[in-house]
Formats: sequence, C-alpha cells, structure tokens
Amino acid sequence: MTYDVERVRKDFPALERRVHDRPLVYLDNGATAQKPTAVLDAVEEFYRLHNANVHRGIHTLAEEATALYEGARDTVAGFVGAARDEVVFTKNSTEALNLVAYAFGSGPRGSRFSLGPGDEVVVTEMEHHSNIVPWQLVCRRTGATLRWFRITDEGRLDLSDRDTLINERTRVVAFVHQSNILGTVNPVAPIVQRAREVGALVVLDASQSVPHSPVSFPDLDVDVLAFTGHKMCGPTGIGVLVGRHRVLEEMPPFLGGGEMIATVTMEESTYADVPHKFEAGTPPIAQAVGLAAAVDYLTDLGMDDIVAHEASLTAYALDALSSLPGLRIIGPTTPDSRGAQISFALGGIHPHDVGQVLDEFGIAVRVGHHCARPVCLRFGVPATTRASFHLYTTREEIDALVNGLEQVTRFFA
Amino acid sequence: MSAQLDSMYQEIILDHYKNPHGKGLREPYDAEVYHVNPTCGDEVTLRVRVVDGTVADVSYDSEGCSISQASASVLADLLVGRTLADALTRQQAFVELMQSKGRGEPDEELLEDAVAFAGVSKYPARVKCALLPWMAWKDATDRALAGRGEREAVR
Repeated sequence: MTYDVERVRKDFPALERRVHDRPLVYLDNGATAQKPTAVLDAVEEFYRLHNANVHRGIHTLAEEATALYEGARDTVAGFVGAARDEVVFTKNSTEALNLVAYAFGSGPRGSRFSLGPGDEVVVTEMEHHSNIVPWQLVCRRTGATLRWFRITDEGRLDLSDRDTLINERTRVVAFVHQSNILGTVNPVAPIVQRAREVGALVVLDASQSVPHSPVSFPDLDVDVLAFTGHKMCGPTGIGVLVGRHRVLEEMPPFLGGGEMIATVTMEESTYADVPHKFEAGTPPIAQAVGLAAAVDYLTDLGMDDIVAHEASLTAYALDALSSLPGLRIIGPTTPDSRGAQISFALGGIHPHDVGQVLDEFGIAVRVGHHCARPVCLRFGVPATTRASFHLYTTREEIDALVNGLEQVTRFFA
Repeated sequence: MSAQLDSMYQEIILDHYKNPHGKGLREPYDAEVYHVNPTCGDEVTLRVRVVDGTVADVSYDSEGCSISQASASVLADLLVGRTLADALTRQQAFVELMQSKGRGEPDEELLEDAVAFAGVSKYPARVKCALLPWMAWKDATDRALAGRGEREAVR
C-alpha cells in the first residue's frame, strides 16, 4: 500500500489548526513533532484509569502502572533492536548524554569511566550543544582533553584526520547520527571501527535519526545511543539511553535516590541492577506510556515508508529552495546521506525576520543557531532558518514555504 | 502584508534597519561591551563616550535581525548629546515600553522614533531583540562610570 500522507495527517489534531487565518504549515519538526491521537489517548487513559507510582505498592493500580511502564521499555527496546535491560528512561536526550559524560568523570580509578589528564574525548563540530557542553564539563573536571572532527564546506564530517584524532589516548567518541542543523547523516561504521582499534567507547546522539528512519542498535554497533521521545511524536519529558549491558553495568550511577538502590545504610549504598540503577526517583511514567504509543504508531506506519516519504520530500524541497534567488543552503545540497532538516540563509535577511514574516502566513520554522552555534561560526552566519519535515509533511507545504520566502524577500527588499 | 505584521515592521523601523544611524565603532570611548541574544544569535559590540556628564558618543557594530539593528540606530539618535540622567530616563522608558505586552502608551516627546517599537512588545520572542542595544548601552555606561568612580551619579 502506498503511503497516504493525507490519511496520516488526520491522526494529528494540531495539523487542523489555523494560524493567522491560514492553515498551519508546521515545518519545525526538528524542534519537536506533533502528537497523534493515539499518543494523546494513551497518556490520558493512563492518568484516568491506571495512575499510580511504579515498582512500589502491591495494589492493583500500582501493578497496572508498573506493567505499562515496563511494557513501554519492551516496546522501545524492540523498536531499536535492543534488549529490555539495555533501555534506560531519562528526561530527554540531553539528560541521557549528560548521564554518560558525568559517568566518565566518576568511575573508580583505573576503570574505563575514570578520565584524567592525558585522556582524550572526541566529539565533532557538528554536535548539538547537548553533546558538547557535558563533555566540556567532564574534561574540565578531570583534566582530560576535548578534541573534535571538523566539517567540510559541503557540511559533511571531515574524516581525513580520523586516525590521528582517534588515537590510543581516546577514551570516548561521541557524535551525532543526523545533524539537527545541517541535516547531514554521518557515517557510523568508519568511526566505530577506529574507536574499536583504540579501545574507545562510542556514544551516538540519535535524536534526529530515530524519529525518521529505521535505526538498529546492534547493527550500528555503538556502545551508547541517545534519543528523545518528543521528536518521534511522543510526549515531552522522556528520553532514552540505550547502552550495551556490559557497559551499563560498569557505568557509575548519575542521579541518586529512590528506585536506583539495592540497599542503603547511613554509611553507604549498593545499587539496583541496570537499567534501574540509572532511574532515580519517580520516572516519567505517563510519558513512557505515551512514548510506547508513539512507537507503536510509527511501527504501524512503517519506518521504511516514513524514510522514503521524507527522502522524497527532502529532494523536492532542496530543488525548490535552490531555485530561489539569494537562497544559500547551509549543509548538503544533495539528498544523499541527508535527512529532512534544511537550513538556509536568505540573502542578507536575518532569520528572525524570515521566521516572523513566515509566521504571518501560518508557516512555522525554526530560526537561530539551533543549539549548534559552532556550526554557524563554521559557516560564517549568525543564525539560520531551518525547515524540518516529518512523516505528515506534504509537498504543498513546501510550496507554501517557497511562496512565503518570496514574500519575505519582497518585504525586506 | 497583514495589519498585524505592519504593526511590528513600522516604516520607521524598516528605514532605520536599511540605513542605520551612527553605526560603526569609533574612538575615543570609555567603555566597550559585547552583548548577545543567545537564543537567536543577535550580537552587538557597543562603545560609549561620556564627557562632562553627557553622552558624547555611542558607536556600535552589530549583526542581527531588523528589530535589533533598527533599535541600535534609534538608540544612537535618541541618546547621543543627552545628559546622563536624561538618557537614563529615556532608556528606562524604552525598557518599560518593551515590557508592556502591547499595552504601553509611549510618550513620543520622550522616545521620538523609538515609539515605533510599541508593536514589537506584543511579540515576546522579539522583545529581547529590541532591548539588546539598550541593555548594552546601560552596561557600557555603568562600566564607563565605574571606571572613573561616578557609578552612583546616575542611580
């Protein structure tokens, strides 16, 4: 059956909205995705009927809530091909990445999670701030050195110095699967291969790839994968850290509290088994239930069909945007190895002004540095305008964007 | 273009944006500050020169949206040549206008071209753009005076 985008759109109440008397054209999916009715219903039903805390109490509601929460873990694990005890629920990708970075500064001396002077951490210039700042913090705390891959003029990772950048001093390599600002899909295998040669762990920020394409944790062969629920049509307030079981067992805990312990005395504590060791306090229960509903929704649509739909839209949009005078795409200009986030500069018009005028036509885009300021510095722009698509985006919406940009150019001429 | 958008992008604002007044960094100056709007990347480097209790010069180099650019231009027009006390009163009036959520009734005597920003105050995301050069000016002026022990003079 062919992908019926008009039928899909009916599942998303927000897409029926009008903004400034125009139909909403929602092209800010890189920031967050809209939610289908199935997710809204799952969250509401949890609070209406099953609300209780998890893993404590033996009453019926507590057992229902626990079954739903742990069932969500099964669903998410299945979605990326991981084992259930390899899935840790966090607040978002940012917390997942902070958890891992923090761990690298707090392990027992001599363990792989004890960075120190002489050790190196490798990231890329293409990272979201959430995969730069936590590593800067842990490097500052431990005396380790932060190094990074640079970006080519085309917006790809420059892997030419891979073998010197990743070396026997490298303890961890953390990089983004799909850039939130450039749209670039990075090659994972060559980085994993080199990291294995030197014994470094690999952390992959999959925030922008998991919502849009089939992602297999075992096939990627990375040690840790991070992504967030709200970009994949799930609720805000829940993210996912997937880690190899052996790695998670070795990794020291991040937040302490209830739920993450085995025993506690006033002198010391022992910790629960993974994944609970990393889930201190009452977890995002309703959000996990909503995320599982989102995963079921995406799975029913079919990730292969979704990726094909978005690839076709991206190719169409790259063509259409390139035809506009004065428009410069920041990032790969061809659809290969690229996702459905397109950043651009429009003549000398500041992205804020672009976004403001587009809003007047009901078109929602993101403007700014997209929490990836080093990329803006690299390309010599203070900010960009970004149009990002999702499984419900149509060609007509891209046409509306192009028309809107023509109006913007006219307005500021 | 809609009436709503026109309320933000007044002709006066677009004119200042396209032909900014007083732009460019000049010598001499008493203090220089660099302010950014971290959510969007507007930047301003601003210098002040204070002579005998008067704003002798405000010079700036900036990159950003039409609102932040025009705002810097309007600021230079309005504040240069004023006494510090007068300039500070006008700066405070502008800050209040921008915090008025579209309900402010700007005093044209006091704010001159800056009244055109009244419409911007309805757009929370853009208020910071408009305020950027004004906050930079206040910071630079405080530093200039602190440098010569006159800080209390304008409070």
